[in-house]
Amino acid sequence: MQKEAAIREPLILGNKTYHDVTEDVCGPIEGKAPRMWYILFTIALVIGLYGVGSIMYLLGTGIGVWGLNKTIGWAWDITNFVWWVGIGHAGTLISAVLLLFRQKWRMAINRSAEAMTIFAVFMAGTFPLIHMGRLWVGYWVLPIPNHFGSLWVNFNSPLLWDVFAISTYLSVSLVFWYIGLIPDFATIRDRAKKPVAKRMYSILSFGWSGKAKHWNRFELVSLVLAGLATPLVFSVHSIVSFDFATSVVPGWHTTIFPPYFVAGAVFSGFAMVQTLLLVMRKAMNLEAYIHTKHVEYMNIVIMVTGSIVGTAYITELFISWYSGVEYEAYAFLNRATGPYWWAYWSMMTCNVISPQLMWIRRLRRSLLFTFFISIVVNIGMWFERYVIIVTSIHRDYIPAAWSMHYPSHIDIAVYIGTIGLFFTFFLLFARYFPVLALNEVKTILKGSGQSYKESPDYYKHH
Amino acid sequence: MLKSSAKKLVSGGVKISEVYSPFPIHGIDPIIGVKGTRLGIMAFLYGLTGLSLATIGMYYFMVVEWKMNIGGKPNFSYVENILAFIPVSFEFTVLCAAHGMAITYFLLNRTLPVMPAQNPDPRTTDDKFVMEIRLSENHGVTEEKLDELLKDTGFVELEKKVIE
Repeated sequence: MQKEAAIREPLILGNKTYHDVTEDVCGPIEGKAPRMWYILFTIALVIGLYGVGSIMYLLGTGIGVWGLNKTIGWAWDITNFVWWVGIGHAGTLISAVLLLFRQKWRMAINRSAEAMTIFAVFMAGTFPLIHMGRLWVGYWVLPIPNHFGSLWVNFNSPLLWDVFAISTYLSVSLVFWYIGLIPDFATIRDRAKKPVAKRMYSILSFGWSGKAKHWNRFELVSLVLAGLATPLVFSVHSIVSFDFATSVVPGWHTTIFPPYFVAGAVFSGFAMVQTLLLVMRKAMNLEAYIHTKHVEYMNIVIMVTGSIVGTAYITELFISWYSGVEYEAYAFLNRATGPYWWAYWSMMTCNVISPQLMWIRRLRRSLLFTFFISIVVNIGMWFERYVIIVTSIHRDYIPAAWSMHYPSHIDIAVYIGTIGLFFTFFLLFARYFPVLALNEVKTILKGSGQSYKESPDYYKHH
Repeated sequence: MLKSSAKKLVSGGVKISEVYSPFPIHGIDPIIGVKGTRLGIMAFLYGLTGLSLATIGMYYFMVVEWKMNIGGKPNFSYVENILAFIPVSFEFTVLCAAHGMAITYFLLNRTLPVMPAQNPDPRTTDDKFVMEIRLSENHGVTEEKLDELLKDTGFVELEKKVIE
């Protein structure tokens, strides 16, 4: 058992035993779902199904139903794609990077953050696929021998790199998440009374038994996966930014994109984690495990990454002028003062100013304020992608081609629909899966539990 | 607690067959004689396989079979165009290393979707720690001697089973 300094706030509040941890996490899964769950689930499902319906309509009719035109060929679809991929960066960052840094507070939030990641990447993947228009030939993006002769996919294209990056990220995150889930499923399996539940959790837990050798392997596998996932997280959003940065469009063609996109992704991902966890901890009575200190830690991450993003915005603006390239300078001037000024200034307010408020201790420890800022950041990060994508291409080199983008109702329906589906998945997760890595949390109970830290024996040598 | 009792038993010449616990007990492995795992080496080898496959694949697709000419820059040699191939090489390396290791891990553990639970007591996944000692693996120690040694460990429950 590792001891920590007395001034560190305990990570688990109250007087908990190992058994209490099991009870607190498994209880809500075994009991009946509260009425609120059914209400939220129904709302999310209806919105999600509306989105699915819109996608069907789009596939049947063609992507002309989106508000795209010949100048603006990418708009909400790719904005939503990048937004969702960005949100999907917090989970693996929390579980992988924080594992490598031995940050114990991750244990309370990593499970649900990873679930969120996986669902967000699902939603992200939807957009490039439906943008193909012909979903059923989506497998053409894979390098498979085909009947067209010696024609392979283009490995020089960042869009293909993205195919590899997103699919690797999704599948590796899924495996990482599931390996961690197995021991917790075993706990639920061993407690389950109803035969159907017992059977289901028995299948899900793969017959896990907690032997010393298995735990030994488990820890190494977690560590190596964390080591692999860490550069993976950074690579994924770097590659997403290459989709833009390797083009020659003024406003996209910038070398600052990879680090700036990665910071932005972490920024938005943590904001989404805050939005979800602040509600979840309350609804599932997990306040002892996810408390003010955890929220504060996450707010500090939001503050740091928000500052990186803000610095990047200002650097970009300065360089566009300093480069002396008039097209580049115009693209940025047009962003701030052109017809899309409102999108630009919403982005600036939400992403540059709001995270700076987190320097104030009272604000970053306030749950209500955190919830509010997390929503603001999510909105701001959506606008960031919209600003980058739409404002850069809406004014072409030839003024005759200048255009504006007006979203059609299908644009809006597909976007809102993915939010509905995302919440549908997350609510199902919260209902049937252990939302906290309960067996991992037990390892820090004696080192960081409040009752243990406050007992007079804590600092005695054994 | 379990660690110190395991130490006592092992120094008394007892071989502990298995330990079941709800979470990893750090430092138990050397005491009960569990060797470190070599899964890390396996992951490296899988990663190397992935890297080679990606390199061979892209070399064949882009350089040998069809020198795709993009923007007047045909792929005449792999090395000169290697920058464009780095992202996919990296992703495929990670893909193979992660999945290869995960599959090996499941197979070695014999933990697969249809497997039945192997723990002797359902509470070992909650808050109980079980040490399994088999007389058949402890020829040097009689049952009486074992009982005596166990008395000092302060166990919570003792269950004796006859296994055919």
